[in-house]
Amino acid sequence: MGARRPVSLRLTINGTAHDITSDPDTPLVYVLRDELKLKGTKLGCGLEQCGACAVMVDGKLVLSCVTPVEAFAGKNVTTIEGIAETEIGQRVQQAFVEETAAQCGYCTSGLVVAATALLVDNPAPDRATTKAALTPHLCRCGSHPRVLRAIEKAAKA
Amino acid sequence: MSLKNYPRVADWLTTDGDSLLIHTGKVDIGQRISTALVRIVQEELALPLLQIGIAPVRTGHAPDEGITSGSNSIEHSGRAVASAAATLRKHVLDMAIAQHGGDRADWVLEDGHVQRAGTNLRLGLVELARDLPPDLPVDPDLPRHVPGAAPAPDMRGISAMVQGRYTFLHDLDLPGMWHARRVSPPHARATLREIDQTALDKAQVRGLHVLRDGSFIAVAGPREWDVVKTATSLGLACTWDLHGGLPEADVLAQLTAATAQRFPVVNGTPQQAPVPDPLPAPDLSARFERPYQMHGALAPSAAMAEWTGERLILHSHSQGIYPLREAIADSLGLMPDQVDITHVPGSGCYGHNGADDATYETALVAMALPGTPILLKWSREDEHAWEPFAPAMAVQVDASLTDGRITALSAEAFSDTHRGRPRPGPNRAGPAKLLANRFRADPLPPFVAPPNMGTHAGMHRNLDPIYGFAEIRLVKNLVQNLPHRTSAMRCLGAVANVFALESLMDEAAQTAGTDPIAFRIAHLTDPRAIAVLRDLDRRLAALPPVAEGMGRGIAYAQYKNAMTRVGMAVDLSVTDTAEVRLDRVTIVADAGRVIDPDGLIAQLEGGVMQAASWALHEEVTWDRNGITSRDWDSYPVLRFDNVPDFDISLLEDNALPSVGAGEASPGPTVAAIANAIFAATGLRLRRMPFTADAITQAALAL
Repeated sequence: MGARRPVSLRLTINGTAHDITSDPDTPLVYVLRDELKLKGTKLGCGLEQCGACAVMVDGKLVLSCVTPVEAFAGKNVTTIEGIAETEIGQRVQQAFVEETAAQCGYCTSGLVVAATALLVDNPAPDRATTKAALTPHLCRCGSHPRVLRAIEKAAKA
Repeated sequence: MSLKNYPRVADWLTTDGDSLLIHTGKVDIGQRISTALVRIVQEELALPLLQIGIAPVRTGHAPDEGITSGSNSIEHSGRAVASAAATLRKHVLDMAIAQHGGDRADWVLEDGHVQRAGTNLRLGLVELARDLPPDLPVDPDLPRHVPGAAPAPDMRGISAMVQGRYTFLHDLDLPGMWHARRVSPPHARATLREIDQTALDKAQVRGLHVLRDGSFIAVAGPREWDVVKTATSLGLACTWDLHGGLPEADVLAQLTAATAQRFPVVNGTPQQAPVPDPLPAPDLSARFERPYQMHGALAPSAAMAEWTGERLILHSHSQGIYPLREAIADSLGLMPDQVDITHVPGSGCYGHNGADDATYETALVAMALPGTPILLKWSREDEHAWEPFAPAMAVQVDASLTDGRITALSAEAFSDTHRGRPRPGPNRAGPAKLLANRFRADPLPPFVAPPNMGTHAGMHRNLDPIYGFAEIRLVKNLVQNLPHRTSAMRCLGAVANVFALESLMDEAAQTAGTDPIAFRIAHLTDPRAIAVLRDLDRRLAALPPVAEGMGRGIAYAQYKNAMTRVGMAVDLSVTDTAEVRLDRVTIVADAGRVIDPDGLIAQLEGGVMQAASWALHEEVTWDRNGITSRDWDSYPVLRFDNVPDFDISLLEDNALPSVGAGEASPGPTVAAIANAIFAATGLRLRRMPFTADAITQAALAL
């Protein structure tokens, strides 16, 4: 516990560079939420089992609740707050609103990020591909069918 | 109930600048009640959405509507707000006539105005409403306005949610705020012997505060990750007295008449009377079982608290801020008005989860650190191991058949209590139901719930079949002293009861050689139930035939025998490795007048998904050392790879009252899945969850 000294590192979050000092083992999600006040990324398990904390790192989907912040130094991190910077992200958000693809909304940040990452990688996924891509993400309210419809809508838009 | 306690229009609707503000005691827990209330006011008063707000739900301000539970929000708050709006509508029209003449037919409500038809005389509705007498009583008998074609509002908060801007309790962040975590015992029977001093010293060196109150331990500090790590290391530094550990015996085997308090149930209501004799020589006899299951909210419970030295300011995602206020005040020796609770949303809530306990625990930490706001979050493991579970339950059903009809039915439900919420009551029932009070220095014994004798309540909810059988024998069996704390989870006893009754209906239809929908209709007298099933039948007939290797299961239920009617078909297949693959769900529902159709459909869909997860995956596990289902690997749930297609249709009738729908679909879902597995495989699964292992075992037992 706390054996290592705090380190200074530079994080690029949603295109903006941040110089932060942190315990090097701090998982990224705590830095995003507590230090940078980017509260859109949610903590659901801290075990990489539920997907609530998903962000994009250099265009790929990454869960942020375990991997230490120092692993993200020098990389481009996109959080839910930066998703609308891309046209695909905007389409996904719009489709989630139109399909009301949320109930409580706690899983929604992670799902919007995951859907964006999916469509960046594959502009027209079939339903089986979409289901597989979202399987790391939990929703306990049962918004799943709406989320699938929203992603299909965003892909077609 | 809501109007009786809060009879004035101003209790429900007030003006706020250019807007009307809705006051409700019901809270958003993912079920969209605030969206429905806005829709009611929008329709009743032809008011633009921008002119409708919702007041924060806060003790001392909001109407006390008890607990947001039981699918009652539309019937309680919805009816009150609708009647208040109808009263306001009548009075602003009267005021317009008094000021400018004409009669009722000359005036219309349009786009936030009271307008004299055929003229340019337009009066602001909110402006007029400002001059209503403050004590104007709600007239509950005024006719409701027939809805126009105003577009339904988007779900409140949806835009913010997709942008990550929606504020959950977990996101609150005040200047000078400290984070806190519990240091949890290994299990509910453990007590703290000691904490290694070195670990305490380390925490102190790091500027953290460790609260130890008997066996309740928490740690607080300015940096969250520091607190998380320290809670983990303190946990390892504790020595616990284990008092023999948790009992490991099979709980389902203990759910028997021999260990139960028994009550006959007549018309949905338990009686203090001798239990009638069982049916002699029934043609069908089966026992259905559900293990302990958990709410498993996506966000572990959390709360914020600040103790000013005089007042305790709390933010909570509790479903019942007023009862919780009483329980916390009583626990801490405060007056209720010293405790101020504001509801802030947590993640989806499906009943009595850890919210109340976490709020109290946060208050304990805050009382030790006056003037510092404390945000305490449970860990994932805390939530999985310490939330109050849905009780394990068994239902024994027996039926006699004559000429292809059920002539006699016996159903006996067995479980521990479904009622563990911290409501005030005799023997300090409120404090006794807050978890930390079992662990504090002067511990309260665990609460032992008296039998719930309410109509269609608790374990006997939906035990009473809605079918017209000539002879019905129903028994409630309350079994206590089981290993785990239990309380309300979505649908309460209706999950196991509908699973049992609708499995029996399926088996009886098969025995009688009758189509399962026709068999149900033949036993029903309720025309709306029959209409639901006929419509379901038509929709299924329009589908391609069920493919080879697939099975279709049918179920019907009306929640609490009084709320939304749901007829359902589930189509599924069972793979070579005995995994159930959900293919299609067809639902016909009748909820009376529908306020927010998309919200209603979302509740029906969500109920299916949650119940499918219960049916196929979920089971709390433990050994003598504690709960072993402590995360999403050891407590698997349904994921996106097994989402069926949905076809949901609503039989709407604006002349009928609106009834609750949030718990209408889960019971029939479990039964329809079990019946579909039978159709696909010939195997009757009678114990949840229907895992690949369970299906394999059932096949081997043939």
